[in-house]
Amino acid sequence: MPDRAFDWYLRGVRAAFSIPGLILSSAFIGFAGLAREAGLTVWEAMFMTGIVWALPAKVVLIGAILAGASLPAAAFAVTLSSIRLMPMVVALLPELRTEKTRTWVLLVLSHLVAVTSWVMAMDRLKTVPREMRTSWYLGLGSTLVIGNMLLVGVVFMIAGQLPPAASAALLMLTPIYFLTSLWGSARERAGHVAMAIGIVLGPVMHVLLPAFDLLIAGVIGGGAAFAFHLARKGRATT
Amino acid sequence: MTFTSFDAWWWPYLFILIAGWAATDIWRYLGVFVGGKVREDSDAMVLVRCVATALVAGVIGNLIIFPGGALALAPMWLRIGAAAAGFVAFLAVRKQMLAGIIAAEIVLVGGFLALGL
Repeated sequence: MPDRAFDWYLRGVRAAFSIPGLILSSAFIGFAGLAREAGLTVWEAMFMTGIVWALPAKVVLIGAILAGASLPAAAFAVTLSSIRLMPMVVALLPELRTEKTRTWVLLVLSHLVAVTSWVMAMDRLKTVPREMRTSWYLGLGSTLVIGNMLLVGVVFMIAGQLPPAASAALLMLTPIYFLTSLWGSARERAGHVAMAIGIVLGPVMHVLLPAFDLLIAGVIGGGAAFAFHLARKGRATT
Repeated sequence: MTFTSFDAWWWPYLFILIAGWAATDIWRYLGVFVGGKVREDSDAMVLVRCVATALVAGVIGNLIIFPGGALALAPMWLRIGAAAAGFVAFLAVRKQMLAGIIAAEIVLVGGFLALGL
């Protein structure tokens, strides 16, 4: 890597140590506790952190494992929860690439796309010289991935020795993180409706049809919220 | 074919690769190849976001109502109360996530210790 590119890579690394990075770390502390509770080994938890990366997808995957879902059902639920990564990558690419950027570089960088690094990149890439943007994003994204993999490993090891109150607090982190982040990041009212239906439908279906609880919550909750969105839009235009 | 079906060391990794890596990176890679043909504000994207949100919300509901480990020691009213307190604090303090997280944890740990658990 030429000196200048390395310099911008390091600036990307430094950008990971920030308030958004800190909040993300709190979510991964919670994820480590959750993965342990689901019966994963520390290596499996760290592997999942790096290879899946997007936290909503991991939480859905852990939810499927906890419910004893089959591989196809788990894969389908995670697939449905991850479609939204595609438009995020599409929106990021024009900011990231130059005419000379090779496709394999973009494929590698696209693996680093999850909500936190995406929001930071969309916000700050314009302050980075265009030909340095892939270096900067590699610094930011890879630091978040590797840093949180290590964090998951450390917290996983400690989690077994915590007193019950601290252990309970650890397991509360994931629900409260998503309760607030899903609500705050919803772009339209329908997102709030989807959240309200899903949070009730998940536990109800967990009792009625445990192996398919998430799929049903996602499809019915999401579908109902979408119907609400269309009805609202129809009212607004007529 | 669940996560615990086979005793081999590699089975959980294969499970994570198929249900985790393939299921997420396929969308990231498609994003690289599809290019500028997806509109964030299209109806299709609203549906995609609604389904994803409801899926994750379903997990959140399960984690609060049917928790594992030490969180299961806390009575249900305390778990729901802590989550509600966190959510209200989040809304009250200009949608600051940190405020929500701290409030929920204070209520949960406070209740936990007060009940002598």
